[in-house]
Amino acid sequence: MTTSTEPSPGLGLGGAPRRGRFQRIDRERLLLAIAAPVLAVVIAFAISSLLLAISGKDPFQAFSLMGNYGLGTSDGQVAVLNKATTYYIAGVAVAFGFRMNLFNIGADGQYRLAALFAAFVGGAVNLPSFIEIPLVLITAMLVGGLWAAIAGVLKVTRGVSEVISTIMLNAITTGVIGLLLVPGRFVPSVGGGGSSNSVQTKMMAPSSDFFTLNTQGGQLYGFIIVAVLIGVLFQLVLSRTRFGFDLRATGRSEEAAGASGVNVKRMVLTSMCISGALAGLIGMPDLLSADTGHYFGQSFQAGVGFTGIAIALLGRNTPVGIAFAALLWAFLDATNGQLSTNNYPPEIANVMQGTIVICVVVAYELVRRFGLKRQQQKVGAQLAAQAAAAAKKEVAA
Amino acid sequence: MANHDINLTVRTGTVHALMGENGAGKSTLMKILYGMQKPDEGTITINGEQVEFATPGDAITRGIGMVHQHFMLADNLTVLENVVLGSEKLYGIGARAKAKIKEISDQYGLGVRPDALVEDLGVADRQRVEILKVLYRGARILILDEPTAVLVPQEVDALFDNLRDLKSEGVTVIFISHKLHEVLSVADAISVIRRGTTVGDADPGSVTARELAELMVGSELPSPESRESTVTDVEMLKVEGLRIAKADAEGIERVVLDDVSLTIRKGEILGVAGVEGNGQAELVEAIMGMLPLDAGTVVLDGQDLTGKLTRARREAGIGYVPEDRHRHGLLLEAPLWENRILGHVTETPNSKGFVLDPAAARRDTERIVREYDVRTPGIEVTAASLSGGNQQKLIVGREMSHNPKLLIAAHPTRGVDVGAQAQIWGQIRAAQQEGLAVLLISADLDELIGLSDTIRVIYRGRLVADADPATVTAEDLGTAMTGAAAGRIESADEALAEAAVVAEAAAVVEDAAAAEAAVAAEGAAVTEAAAVTEDAGTAEAAVAAEGAAVTEGAAATAAVTEDAVVAEDVPGEDATTTDTAGDDAQAGE
Repeated sequence: MTTSTEPSPGLGLGGAPRRGRFQRIDRERLLLAIAAPVLAVVIAFAISSLLLAISGKDPFQAFSLMGNYGLGTSDGQVAVLNKATTYYIAGVAVAFGFRMNLFNIGADGQYRLAALFAAFVGGAVNLPSFIEIPLVLITAMLVGGLWAAIAGVLKVTRGVSEVISTIMLNAITTGVIGLLLVPGRFVPSVGGGGSSNSVQTKMMAPSSDFFTLNTQGGQLYGFIIVAVLIGVLFQLVLSRTRFGFDLRATGRSEEAAGASGVNVKRMVLTSMCISGALAGLIGMPDLLSADTGHYFGQSFQAGVGFTGIAIALLGRNTPVGIAFAALLWAFLDATNGQLSTNNYPPEIANVMQGTIVICVVVAYELVRRFGLKRQQQKVGAQLAAQAAAAAKKEVAA
Repeated sequence: MANHDINLTVRTGTVHALMGENGAGKSTLMKILYGMQKPDEGTITINGEQVEFATPGDAITRGIGMVHQHFMLADNLTVLENVVLGSEKLYGIGARAKAKIKEISDQYGLGVRPDALVEDLGVADRQRVEILKVLYRGARILILDEPTAVLVPQEVDALFDNLRDLKSEGVTVIFISHKLHEVLSVADAISVIRRGTTVGDADPGSVTARELAELMVGSELPSPESRESTVTDVEMLKVEGLRIAKADAEGIERVVLDDVSLTIRKGEILGVAGVEGNGQAELVEAIMGMLPLDAGTVVLDGQDLTGKLTRARREAGIGYVPEDRHRHGLLLEAPLWENRILGHVTETPNSKGFVLDPAAARRDTERIVREYDVRTPGIEVTAASLSGGNQQKLIVGREMSHNPKLLIAAHPTRGVDVGAQAQIWGQIRAAQQEGLAVLLISADLDELIGLSDTIRVIYRGRLVADADPATVTAEDLGTAMTGAAAGRIESADEALAEAAVVAEAAAVVEDAAAAEAAVAAEGAAVTEAAAVTEDAGTAEAAVAAEGAAVTEGAAATAAVTEDAVVAEDVPGEDATTTDTAGDDAQAGE
């Protein structure tokens, strides 16, 4: 064999060819990451259009109604953003668990119970805003965190799946709220706030108003800033701290994390608590807004915890992804009222949400496997070429 | 681990043993035979007909059945229900099916009761149900994956009786195992797989357990004589009275580590030899703090680590190259630089205080990739896309980068190509010279003898014997691993000198076996080969008693084999032939 002088292809350190390959792999990854949710949304739109067409309605008319309200009017924009704020917090709360392979299905119970206690504590005191609001928020986070901790303790000590225990805790929450939300307990015995025929906690003082931004379309929750902060913090903690690394490692492989020195049990407990504490904040934009409340009553919005699961899934558990998902979800929720007022079936928004979730779960798994395999093949091919070159050299030498 | 250049021929109506250490590629081969995985190259031929399996279903219709190591039975169903499940079309689900089950059970002496609940059955009974399940589906070729791993000795004997019955009814059995004596007692033919390729065939009638062991573990010796001792007097790791008892799936408590004490000094490599599953994994996990101890202490460099968490132990200076790198050593879907952080997240350069330092970690990953020759296009690719050898080099580099006082290396070169193997050995040696203490667990006896300063033998959770690698042969070590020797093992000088001759003799046996295979019915060849083996055996005085017993047994089997060979001159010889080749440029399963 002749002496081979060809350089091994781009496997040395530094150098231009390597950088080029890098960028290609990264771009491809990014493309794959975006492909799945976009595909899911497109399929969901297609299915909903089909359903609308079958029921004799013009799908494009329906979508343009939704679009005009949600995107075109300032009323609609504010409604979407306010809803998205709540949804975003819910999504992040659930995603925090997901990043560690913990399925906190119990965000719903956690935030309802947290809101009840927060409203009760807030109603019992009358303090200046800068104390009152943090007090309410901390109460909510504590209650949410402790409630979630029950599931964490059960998992760590008895091996109970957190999926089961949190679902059960949701049911128990409803019972606990029913037990506490009666006159003489969390509800003032006589009079109190609100109308006479509804049972609710004592109105909090006006000092508990969280600031709002006045816009043409009405009051925009100031909590949207808190939501953004939570997102930034979420990203920083996960990608830049030791704790975040341990959490992600545990999520990727519990056994490898354990061997690397992560105390997996403590990690489960901690992240369950944090997930619950974040979930405790879900009800806060509503509770601290003068428009909707200052009290916890039977009409307090329920079910946002479950919405959070869908949003976390759709957003791939990343802060930016969750933001898009929360906006999409809020858009669908806020605009389906337009459908019913115009004689379109409002259920079509729910159908879309459902199909999006199903499609997105399937699409992510497919894309994940495809991406992994593709990268393996690519690296394998590159290394094989290099090995061939090296073998040539060896023989020649 | 991929397979390449596998050639396997199994004759109808025989028990054909497939041997090899864990990770040698047996399972991959079986998956290919059973249609669970597709070969990249090569062919499978059954009764002269070339076939291709896309799914296990295809294999079943061709009469291949597999009994998995882990039973696939529904506990809350009866035997009958379990057997018909998925094959309801064959004989229905009622009386006809029951009659068929009884018929099969009687025919092969399986003694299966169709109406018993599976949860009431013992392990051996469950295994017979599994066997019946594949026979019910019309299998004529049975693959048994490590069937004796879960059985007690009496049950093993019963299973072997069943296998002989099956054989006499014309069923072909492929029997996967790494237990030498079992294979010798039941198999009619033996093929050995090492590092993903078939390294040889042996005739159970003429081969000894020791020769088989040698075939299994290979004989590329790293030259042990060319180095001077770096062992110092400073005790680095002192482990005393370790005891761990675990409850198994059936709820029976088994003592997996029993009063294990060992000391490793600075600059010393302590090798632990043993057949897999004798407590090596638990010993490692106990020292790493991954398993709770029932009793005992672990002291590293004067610091008591008993009761400390894994992270504290790692920070105290334990480096860990785990046995199963995919499960314990890597985050497969994370990029290389994150894998470089794994296990050392609290240490520089990976973090400053509570905050990660990705830039420094990336830089250091580049250094590891360079210094440890990890072949990768970059540090942003996932660990899963590297080959096994390169994954291992990354792990070794990572663990060496934190100045460990003790390195625990469990099978550090398993599933690693020869080049990477030499590099890893060199790195361990170099670190040893700088005072590193190493606990080396390996199934590769030559690796143990070549690297270690001291060897301890673990058997059923106890350290039963020790040896000086300079004065022991792989054969004697192998004997001790089966629990046949205790205390200090020393091979006779003569035996050591003969080691090379033995290797030659083994080669002769191999050749003889090959010749025998070619001539098929020539009994003379068998006897000749046995004679050669016996000579080699006597040369090794130290293990005379054990060796003799083995050789005797082998002679007895030889007679049986001879008969089998004669009886088998009937047409329809080759049951299955495989000739597969894959590429191992790729890892990540």
